[in-house]
Parts: sequence; structure tokens; C-alpha cells
Amino acid sequence: MFSAAAAGVGVAVTAWPFIDQMNPSAATQALSTTEVDLTPITPGQQITVMWQGKPTWVRRRTPEEVAQIRAIPNSELKDPQPDQERVQKAEWLVVIGICTHLGCIPNRDNSGEQGGYLCACHGSVYDGSGRIMRGPAPLNLAVPPYAFLSDTLVRIG
Amino acid sequence: MASGPSTYTPSNGLMRWLDARLPIVRFANDNLLTFPTPKNLNYSYTFGAILLYCLVIQIVTGIVLAMHFVPNAALAFNSVEYIMRDVNYGWLLRYIHMNGASFFFIAVYVHILRGLYYGSYKDPREVLWILGVIIFLLMMATGFLGYTLPWSQMSLWGANVITNLLGALLGTDFTQWLWGGFSVDNPTLQRFFSLHYLLPFVILGVSVLHIWALHHVGNSNPTGIDPKGPQDTVPLMPYYTAKYFFVITVFTIFFAFVVFYAPNLFGHVDHYVEGNPLKTPAHIAPEWYLGAFYAMLRAMDFNFLFIDSKLLGVLTMLGAIGILFIVPWLDTSKVRSANYRPVYWWCFWIFVADYAMLSWAGLQPAGVILLQTGVGADGAPTGFSITHLSQIGTAYYFAFFIIIMPLLGLFETPRALPESIAQAVLGKKRGGGAAAPAGAAAAPESRV
Repeated sequence: MFSAAAAGVGVAVTAWPFIDQMNPSAATQALSTTEVDLTPITPGQQITVMWQGKPTWVRRRTPEEVAQIRAIPNSELKDPQPDQERVQKAEWLVVIGICTHLGCIPNRDNSGEQGGYLCACHGSVYDGSGRIMRGPAPLNLAVPPYAFLSDTLVRIG
Repeated sequence: MASGPSTYTPSNGLMRWLDARLPIVRFANDNLLTFPTPKNLNYSYTFGAILLYCLVIQIVTGIVLAMHFVPNAALAFNSVEYIMRDVNYGWLLRYIHMNGASFFFIAVYVHILRGLYYGSYKDPREVLWILGVIIFLLMMATGFLGYTLPWSQMSLWGANVITNLLGALLGTDFTQWLWGGFSVDNPTLQRFFSLHYLLPFVILGVSVLHIWALHHVGNSNPTGIDPKGPQDTVPLMPYYTAKYFFVITVFTIFFAFVVFYAPNLFGHVDHYVEGNPLKTPAHIAPEWYLGAFYAMLRAMDFNFLFIDSKLLGVLTMLGAIGILFIVPWLDTSKVRSANYRPVYWWCFWIFVADYAMLSWAGLQPAGVILLQTGVGADGAPTGFSITHLSQIGTAYYFAFFIIIMPLLGLFETPRALPESIAQAVLGKKRGGGAAAPAGAAAAPESRV
């Protein structure tokens, strides 16, 4: 009984380095935050930055866009969440631009509803807050952890 | 290992000395020369030999390609182009390897369907069958990993979709462990290359067990009845070795035709565009040989009980492979060969058509409408889509194994079996058709 337990612990301890080596390395972890300078972004413009290898959108929304987005009732949403909970400042939307269906990258679709996004792969439609409106995607676009270091500097991650 | 007692007698003192120490010549003699093989095996029984040939081709071309390929996200795509343009005969080696995968799967599909038609998985060949399913799984993993190595748009986004699927089942921590980062990136490519190099040798190892199991119990045959003595069998050499050389030659003619005249027949244009993590191709398609499983995955666009559509798709796809493991116990009929099972014969060929249809559907964009019946609120056409077709195909795929196989054994009336292989073969030659043997079953199989 004891020897079996000791052997089990020995195997687990020996196996762990071989398993853990596949996890993100220290170098990968070190690049896990991205700082974005907001000064060059004009109202209505959106830029894409890479955060942890993922395309992340930083969008400066106009007051009209914000009003339009916030006019959508929660009851119309598949994954109900008010816009206020998804942004820290109404003007700035920060979301990960990866479709929650199967990982494609949606396109900005100004003709669509609320100046949102359309994923060409399987037809999911998101609004200007990155919330899922239609299509096979189950969830809203993910909001990464971020903080305003100053009025013009954001650190994502 | 070979069924039956060994017939080898060492010819001289040296061979006797070796035989007493390492009976390798005896082993080769018993398994490659005198191995008793049913005398009625048709061409569908030669695909095991073709598969071994394919495995050798893939390993040899793969080893030399690895001498030039660079498994680095910044360099991989260019190194493949370098192989194509600058390496001496690099274009040939890569086209053989690339199309070799497709021909490997063509052969394995014939081999598996042969097994399903002739009931080759039944007692006493269950372990032989299970080892084969393991090889099939390893082949799919190896094929997928190889698909990602050129780091093209298709590679990158195929890797993305498949790893995200596993994430649906096992969570984000698992996908990050698999990726070695926070997305499909350089660490992912490096480990995929390492595993792509490893798995073929694992396949080789399991193939040895597969052939060991085959030579322990002996070949099945188109009548499904066991050889009753030497009059029913012929030695492997030269009867079947000659047949193998012939079919491998014919197979190679088709293979060479594609390599030289249509090398990108099975490919996709996005495989020649370098991977870009910021831009998804409009349409992501797997290799044709994984199309059926991809179709089943996408067919699940509805929630079932507490399982959401994404997880249900993954479970369906894994279940489609997993169910093959229990086929020997799902099929309740004692008659092996579909030649003597009139109803199963139809169900089997519908299954073949169903699988071909799913393979096709998996390569099409999901939303394509096949039969338009109306127009939706947003102006888009509605009607019978690829997804609906895939759902019907998926339903039959599972029904074949879960409903048809167990029930047919109880309700089907099999045709009369010949008394022996020799009689089945000679009876045909006389033009008399199948002679009705005494005591042939004329009622549903009796269950004891």
C-alpha cells in the first residue's frame, strides 16, 4: 500500500516537468501585457493591437454611437449585458476581436446594426459594444482586463 | 505468431545454430512465405499491404523533408517554398508527401469499409479491429498536425478552429497548455512538428501489433467462414505476394498521375498564402479525409438538454470515431460477410454513400442553401442547407451502428452459407452458383 503510494508520487513528480514544459514559457508570460497610446486615435476610429497574440480592438466611439448602442434593450440580447458593464469609459471600447463561435476574426461592419461587426465565417453579428446580436456565436466578444494609466495611455492585461 | 505449426527446417549447420539462438529466419518463413491464406481473397483484401507501402513512403519522404523544413512561425512558410523551388527534387518530395497523405486515407477507407462489409471485426478478430481503429485515430492526428506545418492561412486557422474545439471540451487552461501561449503561435508550431515526426513511428508500432493479431488468428475472407484445412488455403508466397506487387503497381500509377499532373488536386488555395493571425480566411476547410467528421461537428447547431451546441458538436465528432471501437459488440449477427446478408448489404452501401456525402458537405461553407424555399426577414435566402444535409447524414451514421447493426442480427434472414471456402470457389467456377448446403438457415438466426 505504502510502496504503491510512494511509486505513484514518484511517477507524478517525474512526469510533471514533462507536462508543465508545454505551458506558456516565462518569455511568453513576460509579453502578456500591451500598452496602447490613445492620442492618435480620432473619434469613430478603431485600431487593432496584439495582446497575448490575440487581435484586440481599441475603438473611440462617438457620443451618437454610444447613445445608439445603449438604446438596445437587454431583452433583445442573447448574452444580456449592459454596455456600461463592458466599458470603463463610454468613449473607449476595448474588446478581443475573436469570434466566440470558432475563433475567426469579425470585420467592422458599418452598414450593419449599431456600427457593429460581422463574422464572415459563420455569419455572427455583433453590435458596437461587441455584444452578440445574431448568428451561431454563443457569447459577447470578450473584454480583456485593462487599466487607464493616464487619460491617453491604456495597459491591456 | 503464424497460425499453424512452423514448417521451417534449417538447411545447414549455420542456420540451425542461428535458429536455436534467434529464430528470425523461421519467423520470416512462417509469416511471409508459408503463412496459410484463404484462397478466395479478392482485391479489397490487398489494401493492408498498400497501407504498409503508404506508411513507408510517408516516413521516407517525411524524414528528408525535415532536413529542409524550419519549424518556426516566422520561417516555416518560406522554408516550404524553399523546398519547392530550391531544394533538389524538393518539389517532388513534397508533392509525394502531401498527396501521399490523401492516398493513405483513400487506402485506409477502402480497408475499413472492406472490414465492415465482410464483418472482419467479428469473433475472433475484435482486438485486430480495435488496433486498426487506434491506427486510424493516429493517422487523423498525424494528418492534422502535418496540415498545420506549412504555416499557411489554412494551417493557422485550421489549427485555431481545432484547438478551440478541444477547448470547448477541456477549458482554457488546456488550450493554453496545448498552444504554449495565449494563441496559436510559434510554440504551437514547434510542438506540432515534434509530434508530427513522432506519431508515424507510433503508427508503425501499432501496425506491428495489428499484423501480429492478424497472423495469430488468420485472415477473414469473402465467405466469412473459417478455412477448414489445407484445401481452403494457399501459402502467402507467391500467391498473395504476387497479387500485392500487382496492386501496389496499379496504385502507384494513380498516385504518380496525381503527383505529376494534378499535385494540388486535394489542396486548397489558402494553403499557399502565408498565415496571418489578423485575418481569417472567408472559408476554413479541413483536408477532404476529415470532411465527414467536420460536417458532423458543424451539424450540431442546436442545444440538447444542458449541453450547448458547441460542446454537442465536439461530443458528436469524438463519438463518431469512438463508436468504431465497439462495433464488434454492436453487430449481433453471427454471419460475417454481407454477401450472405441481404438487408445489411443495402444498409452498408447506403452507409458508404452517406459517408461520401458527409465528406463532401464538410468541405462546403456551412450556410450554403441547397434548396431555397423562401427569404428570411433580413433578405437572405432560407431553405434546406448544408447544415440540414449534414444533420441527416449524421443521423444515419449513428443509426447504422446503434440501431441497424444490433437489430439486423435479430431480424434479418441470412442467405445459405457455403459449406467450405473450396466449395464456394469451385461451385462458382462450374457456373452452378451457390450450391445449397444441407442445414442452411432459412429463418432468422436462432438466438440461444
